[in-house]
Amino acid sequence: MSAREEVLARLRAALAGAPPVVPAPGPVPRRQGDRPPGRPELVELLRQRLVDYRAEVHRAAGADVAGTVAAILAAAGARTLVVPAGLPADWRPGTVEVVVDEDLPAARLAGLDAVLTAAAVAVAETGTIVLDAGADQGRRALSLLPDLHVCVVRPAQVVGIVPEALDRLTPGRPLTWISGPSATSDIELSRVEGVHGPRRLHVVLTDG
Amino acid sequence: MRTFLGMPTTAPAGVGHLRGDEPFPAAARKALGDAQLRRNLRHATTTIRAKSGAVIDEVPDWAELRAAGRAIKADTMARLPELLEQLEAAVTAAGGVVHWAADAVEANRIVTELVRATGADRVMKVKSMATQEIGLNEALEAAGIEPVETDLAELIVQLGNDKPSHILVPAIHRNRAEIREIFRREMPGVDPDLTDEPAALAAAARRHLRQTFLSTKVAVSGANFAVAETGTLAVVESEGNGRMCLTLPETLITVMGIEKVIPTWADLGVFLQLLPRASTGERMNPYTSMWTGVTPGDGPRQVHLVLLDNGRSAVLADPVGRQALHCIRCSACLNVCPVYERTGGHAYGSVYPGPIGAVLSPQLTGVADNASLPYASSLCGACFDACPVLIDIPSILVHLRGQAPHPRAEAAAMAAAAYTMDHPRLYAAAQRAAGLGRVAGRALPPPLNGWTASRDLPAAPPQTFRQWWAERGSGS
Repeated sequence: MSAREEVLARLRAALAGAPPVVPAPGPVPRRQGDRPPGRPELVELLRQRLVDYRAEVHRAAGADVAGTVAAILAAAGARTLVVPAGLPADWRPGTVEVVVDEDLPAARLAGLDAVLTAAAVAVAETGTIVLDAGADQGRRALSLLPDLHVCVVRPAQVVGIVPEALDRLTPGRPLTWISGPSATSDIELSRVEGVHGPRRLHVVLTDG
Repeated sequence: MRTFLGMPTTAPAGVGHLRGDEPFPAAARKALGDAQLRRNLRHATTTIRAKSGAVIDEVPDWAELRAAGRAIKADTMARLPELLEQLEAAVTAAGGVVHWAADAVEANRIVTELVRATGADRVMKVKSMATQEIGLNEALEAAGIEPVETDLAELIVQLGNDKPSHILVPAIHRNRAEIREIFRREMPGVDPDLTDEPAALAAAARRHLRQTFLSTKVAVSGANFAVAETGTLAVVESEGNGRMCLTLPETLITVMGIEKVIPTWADLGVFLQLLPRASTGERMNPYTSMWTGVTPGDGPRQVHLVLLDNGRSAVLADPVGRQALHCIRCSACLNVCPVYERTGGHAYGSVYPGPIGAVLSPQLTGVADNASLPYASSLCGACFDACPVLIDIPSILVHLRGQAPHPRAEAAAMAAAAYTMDHPRLYAAAQRAAGLGRVAGRALPPPLNGWTASRDLPAAPPQTFRQWWAERGSGS
């Protein structure tokens, strides 16, 4: 008997001899979200929740993403920026050296100051942005190794709660859910920002 | 131990970390003597209870979410074989390789062989209860492979030659000053002037592990959830060490207890709302990674999933105890438990401490091997109130106490009491004797002194009810 057959046989035997005490579930009501994506109050809630977990949030008129990003990089002292190949060309700032990720080695990515990506969806209630490795976000390592992550979120991408975000995501894609900068609660259960992931997270909210 | 092919089987002894060296009362007595430990635990559990309570209060449908979590898990357990086959098919279709391990020995062998096949002599690890449970690090070391723990708390435990004492924060028993000392002593190249500021300690761990992340070819992880319908695995974390391990190496090996499967993609919505708020007291943890098999050009090229039984089939076979398999490892029950807060996690002997450990460990090993754990509770019920998936831990504790071997003295005393209560004259005499016994002090003689080792014998009243009734009748 293979281990697979052995385990499955054990589980079937376990269930055959023992009707469950916890009753088989009927339908349990689940909140699905009732606010249309991109409503100003949702975008404002997202902003508050991001700030609460030490992300920095900026508002930018659609045409001025590049200028806003340039100001963020200048203030942080970042001189090199990596971007995914599919990032909108007019988001790239002209003030720093911009490197397009073409399967760069990890050590090279880790040596760059900042990364600029779009997002797939954002969750207002939890202050979360989700990346799905789309062309304007790039592979997962890209948003992980540089110490400063700048992420641009459009209002139409902002939903209220987690189930709405799952509805909009494609399960087969590699997904990264990000809620603030890297942090830990491992020392006396107090939250401290800045461990292995990017220590600074800036989110740029556009107006369209 | 005798095993029968195809029948539910408990976890084997001699491998892994489900059994302690001594019974809970003996281990707890030592822990209670450590005032520093008790201060550290009280500080940490008080902090987390306040944070968790505040973010749970924000959720309007928390009660419905808990009910949904329980319903999904109950449904999962009732359909576990078919869901695992569905998961296997989905992971395989997405380019992953699925392995089955009946117990810890098999799982350790499978992982060791997979690492050997890559030629690597070092693996980096994401914090995982399943690999702690099976003693994977020891098995890898025995095979000449160095396991590097990358979670900050696991790193503190590994560097300090210590044992984990909490499901979420394995180094909860250490305060910042102790952590600084461990780092100064054990971390190569660390700044000798390192302060005990948590931010400075976190930065030291970042520097220490950076090169490991960039150069290690194989990673081992656990999984918080596995979605049967899509083959998607999820790891919930905070620091980014999980993202590093899940993204940068060429080979990823995930070891997962079979109860972690959930039926549908939408079910993730329930658990991703429940887990962070109950666990770290955050609206959402900083990072959650989800992957489905292999994605060309993004992340590991070899993806393995090891499905682990190791006693879970035996838990499933108990209709009352089965709900212990619903646990999502948030550790809320530890943080509210008056026993855990005083003894800490080491006293439980198993990698699963606290209330959930007291019901899970004895079922995984067979009650005889962890017979004192069902008694490591005052049955106050705080764990049930805190559990985000509504596991009725007190009822399982009582159920397991019924299965634990009882001392012969207890059976003899119960039989004597039953006989006495059946015979009114004997009963009256016994009550009078108990009244006289007040002069004997507040402890029982052997073999009954176990009862009074941790509590005083209540003083017998000066007069029994029967005596009072008789005197009252004559006086009126």
